[in-house]
Amino acid sequence: MRVPLERIAHARSGDKGDASNVGLIANSAELYRVLREQVTPERVKRHFGGLCRGPVERFEVPNLNALNFILHDSLGGGGTESLKTDAQGKTHAQGLLVMEVEVPDELVPR
Amino acid sequence: MRTVRVGNGQGFWGDNVDAPVELLRGGPIDYIGMDYLAEVTLSIMMRQKLKDPRLGYATDFIDFVRRVLPEIRERGVRILSNAGGLNPRACRERIFEVARELGVHGIRVGVVEGDDLLPRLPELVAAGHALANMDTGEPIGPVVERMTSANAYLGARPVIQALAEGADIVLCGRITDTALALAPLAHEFGWADDDWDRLAAGTIAGHILECGAQCTGGNFSRWWEVPDLAGVGYPIVEAREDGTFVVTKHPGTGGMVTVDTVAEQLLYEMASPSAYITPDVVADFTTIRLAQDGKDRVQVSGIEGRPRTGTLKISASHLAGYKSSGQITVSGPRAVDKARLAADVVWKRLERAGVTFEDDQKEVELVGLGACLPGVLPAPGDLPEVVLRLAVRDADRDKVERFGKEIAPLITAGPPGVTGFAGGRPKPQEIVAYWPALLAREEVEAHLVVTVEEA
Repeated sequence: MRVPLERIAHARSGDKGDASNVGLIANSAELYRVLREQVTPERVKRHFGGLCRGPVERFEVPNLNALNFILHDSLGGGGTESLKTDAQGKTHAQGLLVMEVEVPDELVPR
Repeated sequence: MRTVRVGNGQGFWGDNVDAPVELLRGGPIDYIGMDYLAEVTLSIMMRQKLKDPRLGYATDFIDFVRRVLPEIRERGVRILSNAGGLNPRACRERIFEVARELGVHGIRVGVVEGDDLLPRLPELVAAGHALANMDTGEPIGPVVERMTSANAYLGARPVIQALAEGADIVLCGRITDTALALAPLAHEFGWADDDWDRLAAGTIAGHILECGAQCTGGNFSRWWEVPDLAGVGYPIVEAREDGTFVVTKHPGTGGMVTVDTVAEQLLYEMASPSAYITPDVVADFTTIRLAQDGKDRVQVSGIEGRPRTGTLKISASHLAGYKSSGQITVSGPRAVDKARLAADVVWKRLERAGVTFEDDQKEVELVGLGACLPGVLPAPGDLPEVVLRLAVRDADRDKVERFGKEIAPLITAGPPGVTGFAGGRPKPQEIVAYWPALLAREEVEAHLVVTVEEA
């Protein structure tokens, strides 16, 4: 079944200079495997194509069932230099949670 | 086993002013950490100190001290803060004045100095330290005169010293947020200076605490599950000598502490999870184990660390031109089209006035149409109303000021349905740019000064 990440995971984002980071946490170890397979750096880069001008890095944090993404060159200069409303990437986690993934039916919460 | 309770009552300058008072009064607590310094705050404090040598610290901290001083004295609760900014001694003098006004005697205040490197920059450059910008690789030498602040991030060691000398309040300038939690734990439990696993545990406790309510239900993805967000309790770590700890909050407060709220905060502003570098230790976030331990209690264990690096992070800042932003609200039929026209009108009128901005020096946002996440969320068709926000930046202050004069005319000389322009013309603001760098730690540590005085 195709579901938005919001159904099976949660997330938080913040800034690191002109990059934002998005921590994406699966709601279970089984769902973490789904994330690891489908939420690739390439896909995240495409998803944020409208704002991410640099590469996307991904780190695995299996003990927290989590992936950490760094979206380089995404904040219009970052911190005080940026002209954007969201100069600190505070909303990027919410943006990632609308991405859709294919999840085995038995793992989708009712 | 004995536990030590460390809380965070202020995640940043501007956080809820009643939260630290409620943290103090809501139940047992041994230490309260208070964070006031964002990356560029010290640059602002530098200007305040130049105008008045008695300023240059976080004045809000004095308001807090005034509210709680008799109580912390009576209960023996100790306060740790970076509120000292660029002038921790002046901050201490002000606290002593407040103590005299309140008739509180015997209060001991520690001051940590040595983080301020601005006066030493030319000497450090001359000695061959590149202090290269970590983002761009550019060495600081050619631009050293433009720096308006330069501070090293200190670790827990000087704070531990101040606590050992009996400080009830410790005032620092630039120091890692994590050190404000690690220091009391290392002090209380006598953790060795090379006990990397315990130092990493105290550091990670500090990372969980450092943004206040962000681990107790604030900014949580499943916000609809969070009870009484209005009354959200600020976080407390109950730590044990072995480096394990429980994240919790006072009973009866709002919000919630779950494995999920703590996990979100663990990943906040994270780069490489296996190498979280602080002045004290390199902490490995991939070793953390979280477990729910009853309502609003999360047990944290398993943490491992590695030896600290030979460098400290420096946070310098400099002026990098000016910026300005202004906004109007556009309502009624075809609101989005009218807002786009209004933006065009502003740029064309500026051009007629001989003022142009490069494409990457100006920003047009249609707030309501997905401006924060362009291309991520499906764009709606028309909206009943939209906020048009325009912003520019330039080295030339006059150009930025001229921009600010083109917003108000849209009310009468733009499309219909324009409103919501108030508060006068947007003024140019100085851009204080951030310059992160690394410096050999002995250059800083040899100059640290810790003084504890009583009044």
